[in-house]
Amino acid sequence: MTDQNEPQHPGGQPTDPDADKNDADKHHAGKHHLPTPAEEETAAVVSLDTAGGAMEPSAVPATAQSGKIPGPPETLVRRIFTGSGMVSVLAVLLALILGGLLIALTDKQVGTTATYLLARPTDFLSAVWSAATRSYVALFQGSVFNPRGAGIAGQIAPLMETLTIATPLITAGLGVALAFRAGLFNIGAQGQIIMAGILAAWAGFALHLPLGLHLLLVLVAGIIGGAFWGGLVGYLKARTGAHEVILTIMFNYIALYLLRYLLNTPAFQRPGETNPISPVLDASAAYPQIFGSQYRLHLGFLLAIAATVFVWWLLNRSTVGFEFRAVGANPKAAQTAGINVSRSTILVMAMAGALAGLSGVAQVAGTEKVLTDGVAATYGFDAITVALLGRSTPWGTFAAGLLFGAFRAGAVQMQIQTGTPIDIVLVVQSLIVLFIAAPPLVRAVFGLNPRRKKRPTAGKTKTAATTGGAA
Amino acid sequence: MSTTSTSPLPGKPDAPQQAGERRQAASAKPVTWKTPVLLTALGIVAFIFFGLMGPNQTARFGLSSSGDFFQLPALEVPAFLGGIILSVLMLGLAGYAVYLKTKDQAAPRWVPVTFIVLFVAAFLIWVVGGARTPSISLAGLIAGSVTLAVPLVFGSLSGVLCERAGVVNIAIEGQLLGGAFTAALVASITKSPFIGLLAAAVAGAVVSMVLALFSIKYLVNQIIVGVVLNVLVSGLTGFLFNTVMQADKATFNSPDQLPIFDIPVLSGIPVIGPVLFKQSVVGYLMYIAVIVVWVGLFKTKWGLRVRAVGEHPLAADTMGIKVNATRFWNVTLGGAIAGIGGSFFTLVAIDSFTEEISGGRGFIAIAALIFGRWNPVGAFFASLLFGFADNLQSIVTIIGTPVPSQFMAMLPYLVTVLAVAGLVGRSRPPAADGIPYVKG
Repeated sequence: MTDQNEPQHPGGQPTDPDADKNDADKHHAGKHHLPTPAEEETAAVVSLDTAGGAMEPSAVPATAQSGKIPGPPETLVRRIFTGSGMVSVLAVLLALILGGLLIALTDKQVGTTATYLLARPTDFLSAVWSAATRSYVALFQGSVFNPRGAGIAGQIAPLMETLTIATPLITAGLGVALAFRAGLFNIGAQGQIIMAGILAAWAGFALHLPLGLHLLLVLVAGIIGGAFWGGLVGYLKARTGAHEVILTIMFNYIALYLLRYLLNTPAFQRPGETNPISPVLDASAAYPQIFGSQYRLHLGFLLAIAATVFVWWLLNRSTVGFEFRAVGANPKAAQTAGINVSRSTILVMAMAGALAGLSGVAQVAGTEKVLTDGVAATYGFDAITVALLGRSTPWGTFAAGLLFGAFRAGAVQMQIQTGTPIDIVLVVQSLIVLFIAAPPLVRAVFGLNPRRKKRPTAGKTKTAATTGGAA
Repeated sequence: MSTTSTSPLPGKPDAPQQAGERRQAASAKPVTWKTPVLLTALGIVAFIFFGLMGPNQTARFGLSSSGDFFQLPALEVPAFLGGIILSVLMLGLAGYAVYLKTKDQAAPRWVPVTFIVLFVAAFLIWVVGGARTPSISLAGLIAGSVTLAVPLVFGSLSGVLCERAGVVNIAIEGQLLGGAFTAALVASITKSPFIGLLAAAVAGAVVSMVLALFSIKYLVNQIIVGVVLNVLVSGLTGFLFNTVMQADKATFNSPDQLPIFDIPVLSGIPVIGPVLFKQSVVGYLMYIAVIVVWVGLFKTKWGLRVRAVGEHPLAADTMGIKVNATRFWNVTLGGAIAGIGGSFFTLVAIDSFTEEISGGRGFIAIAALIFGRWNPVGAFFASLLFGFADNLQSIVTIIGTPVPSQFMAMLPYLVTVLAVAGLVGRSRPPAADGIPYVKG
């Protein structure tokens, strides 16, 4: 716990609409100026910190943690290279390098050349290089631009696939990120997607309604399903104090087994089918495809953009969102300031569930058109890494969703072309998040740690102020 | 992770403590209605379903297997009568809890524990009594439960060691998976399952060291690191499985199995014989580990220090205990133990590694840890309970009961939700669990 030793935060935080930034500013004598990279980082640290779900996240001003080191001012170049944006880029780079090494390590050609490494080291190095780059080129071609595609439509087909896969990642990621900002660890996107999928799919194949109305009902059913499952966790946490991490993990499994049970009942199982699979959703219940039937990209992607805008508005411009952030920053202070913490907890979990519910709808009404027990794939878990990579900001999450969507889409091509297993994507994804969470490590790897007069103990720990707090 | 809030909810008036109840220690929180109400509700459910709506057959539980050195007669219980009697007993316990509450006393520990035992028994009678063939081998059921519980026990012990020292370990799943993979790989290459077992411990420790490094040195949120580590290990093992193991199964993925040591005579005792005295090395290690961790944590100087670090690091630091070093080594040790648990998958249960072989058991281990109240022995019995539910699930599918197997599979998770919501009294994590310690 850091706050025992640090000055208590002035009570301004909960009543301050833009707490994070103002915290940072205060420590620069209140001067108004563009945020420097260093400041951006502290802001990001704070967001990750509250993400950290801290029940008592730092009541400490972010800059106090990050410790502006007294001394000569850093050069602009140095600031750029040590700033938060750069750390993110470097983290991605480092993760890709490590992933490439892993690919090379298991490559046959590399193995062969390694046997005569000392005789002709260049063979070995070029084999390493080609093994790694071959895979990454395939990944790129499978996710962004395929030069061998038929016409421009074929060439951008991978990009459309990336956007399609990114859709559920973005909305579920937003759900996780929103909860993070309120200091809650929502590991339960998986279960929320499943519950949304169950309700949305049922509304899609069991009811037969006119065009437009049907899709609207499917959408609402899915959102309610997700919101219920998330809100239930919020309720239990608010009422009994049970920890949301445990609850959401358990609720994921409960939802999965409920889905498996339902898929074996006459109400959900496709008639004449022994496999656990539902009937196909009505055409009137499906999302329209945005660019015609040649791409899978559907209306859900536009909804994902809308959801991002909504979450941004909610967090930065609305009273409710401000309450969420206040509770996330310091629940005790929030309560003292008159915010109903229990209500906020329930509401934010319901909203997080509703956002994850959008992913469920995107799955059953957009890409799959049926309900199976794999409806959520691993989107709910990937959403956690997406939100972490996006530092729990709406647009950051959006960008991270696109990146991971590209990884997912490209990995399929990569496996076909080069035989590199899809699992490499998991490795790269998790490494990215790990590195981003520990900026000092990344900077140390690239030799960018700020020059400083080290105090014997506090030196390196202070910058890494992602104190999770009491999760 | 604080699993239960100690503060009463705002707006919910708490009965002012009467002067007479002051003897209840000032620190004890007011007795809540949670336990009595839950017990009563469950008792009524049991009475209606297992009692009144109970099946009319006679449930038969075989107690001996053919290898036992003396045979016990099978236990035969008329399902209807058994359900009624057991559920009435449960209602009695619930009534006792209600009575204690009216006197503002908390129900003692044995009340919910006995209640759970009765509930499980009634449930078993009901399930078996309603089956097409109302007969199961209790000995087989228990032996199978212990087998399924082995990785859970190791996993939850890992959690106990980490969380008692104040580091949340969500990465148990990753440690189990890493252990399982490494055990298979190394045992296949060296042709020695024992070296594989050691390697599994090392692999688990390595996963743990990453957790420790990031959460203690870089102060990254422990839950984030744990979640990410699970993904990382899953990706790494999946990648290496598809590239290395699949390419040459004979060399890299055909581990020899750990032998089963059969202790003569003792293993012939009906029901408990095979469970206690006919196990692999990992099985015996499980019992030893539970005892050692319990004694270590609660009876030694080391354990006192570990718990001090987990409860009040500042005080521990003041007393000269190296907080972060203690945490680091505890987390590492926990990882090694979970790694050994992981080796059970590939060296005892199944003879090769497959992707995601741990199948979410690391998360059930976390549940067992909480259900067992951060106590090694409690975690052991909770793991057994979950292993029992897991095993029962496959058995009821075979004997054909009306209960869908999916609900049986759901049971451990439902039970955990009830547990963290406060069924088994207050399950309180170590006070400093999840909070990094910065010396300052």
